[in-house]
Amino acid sequence: MSKPIIKVENLSKRYRIGAKQEGYKTFREAIMDGFKVPIRNFRRLRKLTRFDEEFAKHKEHSARPTALPHAVAAMASSQSDDAIWALKDVSFEVQPGEALGIIGHNGAGKTTLLKILSRITEPTTGEAKIYGRVSSLLEVGTGFHPELTGRENIYLNGTILGMRKAEIDRKFDEIVGFAEIEKFIDTPVKRYSSGMYVRLAFAVAAHLEPEILLVDEVLAVGDVAFQKRCLGKMSDVAKEGRTVLFVSHNMAAVGGLCPGCIYLKEGCIKDFGPANSVILQYIGDFKSTKQISLAERTDRRGDGRVRVTGLRFLDTITHRPIESIISGQDVYIEVTYESYDSSPAPLNRVNIGLGFFTTLGQFVMVLNSEMASRAFGSLPREGRMYCRIPRFPLMPGVFHIKLTLVVRGAIADQLENVSVVNVDAGDFFGTGIPNDYRRQGVYVPHSWSAETPSVY
Amino acid sequence: MKPFVHIRPKKGWQAVDLGELGQYRDLFYFLVTRDIKVKYKQTVLGGLWAIIQPFFSMVVFTLFFGKLAKMPSDGLPYPIFNFTAMVAWIYFANAVTGSGNSLIGNTNLISKVYFPRVIIPLTSVLAGLPDFLIAFAVLVGMMSYFHIYPTPMTLFVPFLIVLMMLTSGGVGMILAALNAKYRDIRYTIPFLVQLWMFASPIVYPASMVPEKYRLIYALNPMTGVIEGFRSALLGTVAFPAQMILVSTTVSVILFTVGMFYFRQVERYFADII
Repeated sequence: MSKPIIKVENLSKRYRIGAKQEGYKTFREAIMDGFKVPIRNFRRLRKLTRFDEEFAKHKEHSARPTALPHAVAAMASSQSDDAIWALKDVSFEVQPGEALGIIGHNGAGKTTLLKILSRITEPTTGEAKIYGRVSSLLEVGTGFHPELTGRENIYLNGTILGMRKAEIDRKFDEIVGFAEIEKFIDTPVKRYSSGMYVRLAFAVAAHLEPEILLVDEVLAVGDVAFQKRCLGKMSDVAKEGRTVLFVSHNMAAVGGLCPGCIYLKEGCIKDFGPANSVILQYIGDFKSTKQISLAERTDRRGDGRVRVTGLRFLDTITHRPIESIISGQDVYIEVTYESYDSSPAPLNRVNIGLGFFTTLGQFVMVLNSEMASRAFGSLPREGRMYCRIPRFPLMPGVFHIKLTLVVRGAIADQLENVSVVNVDAGDFFGTGIPNDYRRQGVYVPHSWSAETPSVY
Repeated sequence: MKPFVHIRPKKGWQAVDLGELGQYRDLFYFLVTRDIKVKYKQTVLGGLWAIIQPFFSMVVFTLFFGKLAKMPSDGLPYPIFNFTAMVAWIYFANAVTGSGNSLIGNTNLISKVYFPRVIIPLTSVLAGLPDFLIAFAVLVGMMSYFHIYPTPMTLFVPFLIVLMMLTSGGVGMILAALNAKYRDIRYTIPFLVQLWMFASPIVYPASMVPEKYRLIYALNPMTGVIEGFRSALLGTVAFPAQMILVSTTVSVILFTVGMFYFRQVERYFADII
């Protein structure tokens, strides 16, 4: 192994999220309180950037070199109500030329990590050593000014991202060409279409030549074609032997771009290793945390006329729930629902769709009640729907399911990751030959023969 | 040798990293040009605003202080006496206001990219210069109208301009840094600027201040700048070298304190802004 290009040691970051406010009980109290507000506000604002008492404790602990994680734990336990650890004791190394994905749920500390590495914010404790020129892309078009022309914004944005003027002079035509805005280069960007704006912004970013590129979710903007182009450009950067740290929610992008991956959870590294296994771990976590209370989930879309409260896989013979499915096995999917709608015929023309996605976020198949069996005519206010799948066709792997329930043409309930299902290797074709494909796909019933098919 | 960045919590007072500032000079340049170019975009009068502000202030002050209150003006026509001060003062007021509010006006930059933060307040100080120069040209025109000719001390005018910028920068950095954390500063600035104006010899001459208090009076760095301008350009009084010396000292201290204070607090800007 060569010398690491990024070396992160025990990095921690603490934020204050702002003290909570108490409500007033009486009018008199409110008036009296009015006079105390400035003092309280001052204390609160001052506290925003102070962690003194905890630091004192921390120093004590860190006198013993091995006690650092312990010290952080002590700091965490002594912390007051409104301080949170966005990052806790994160250590890792990145080799030159490596592309490393960083995944985790919202608030897991991904962006904080990038912000520390790009020096936007300082760590509370710990350190990082970086050997090389860093460019960070936390968004595209940082510092674009609507009143300035495309030309002026290229220079402004370029220098903001760390380029020198001479460097931009050299790449100017290339940037303009990449963005396809030659005709509008001297038009203020406020007259640009949003597409042109994003193209120009990305073009500038794409022409950075850092040794280390830190990217955060910039691919979340723009249309699909544009996102593809961004991904293409990023994998070029990785192939050119530069080091890339890539934060994303898009597992397909992370999996496709990064051989290695870090999974952050509540500020700590939960898993660090080959992307595929880390992503599996992440998805697995998703399963254990999310499946518990389908009825209580609030991250739903739709008008809420009907709510799905449960989804299980059942064995077709025993009717017992099954944890993991074997490819080729006959299964039932049981969907439990309830409706609070009191109108006379609430559940007319119901259509349910279950989309299956790979861990990388790629769609593999859909089970749709209307396509397969026509829509449900009328359903009781609460009950269960069953879907029978003969010879479950998915290849081994973990899949997550997106559920959409439509009543009379309007989405009533929609849930991402309604369930995660594990599929184990099985003998789909009944030939006893194992499946050697390490892909997550679908089996299609078929057969091979050397005889000319007979004509009927 | 590859560049090396060591990221760790910084303790204690830090000097400004001039080498790093040099690396970012192109950014500094483009931010200043941005502020200059954007300032009068989509206005009818454009650069005329640089004249209107000091000119109309001068007209109003001439009416109230010159004509009605009969304020002494070192034996010169009140309009030119006042306008000379106004040119410097408007620059200072705009620079301090702009610079004091600059950090919160550039939140998107600060929370998304790294660069030496001190560039932001200093940008406002430099971006005010073209306006100053336009107003200064009008001053020269007025001087010829009133048949007033500059003294040899005019050679010191560039120095006074630097002094004026240094003062604006120092005050601007301190206010900007405070403003990032305490938004009260945003409401304090207009008020502060107004009070400061009456603490500076703008509507009245410094000669109204008793001789023995004059050096104390010069602790306000704008006193040295304005009295210096008047003496050099209009020949009102003998060149107030002592006052300017006091003002310069204070200004340098302000700027240094501003730089260090700014460095001290810039580490948490991105977290709280």
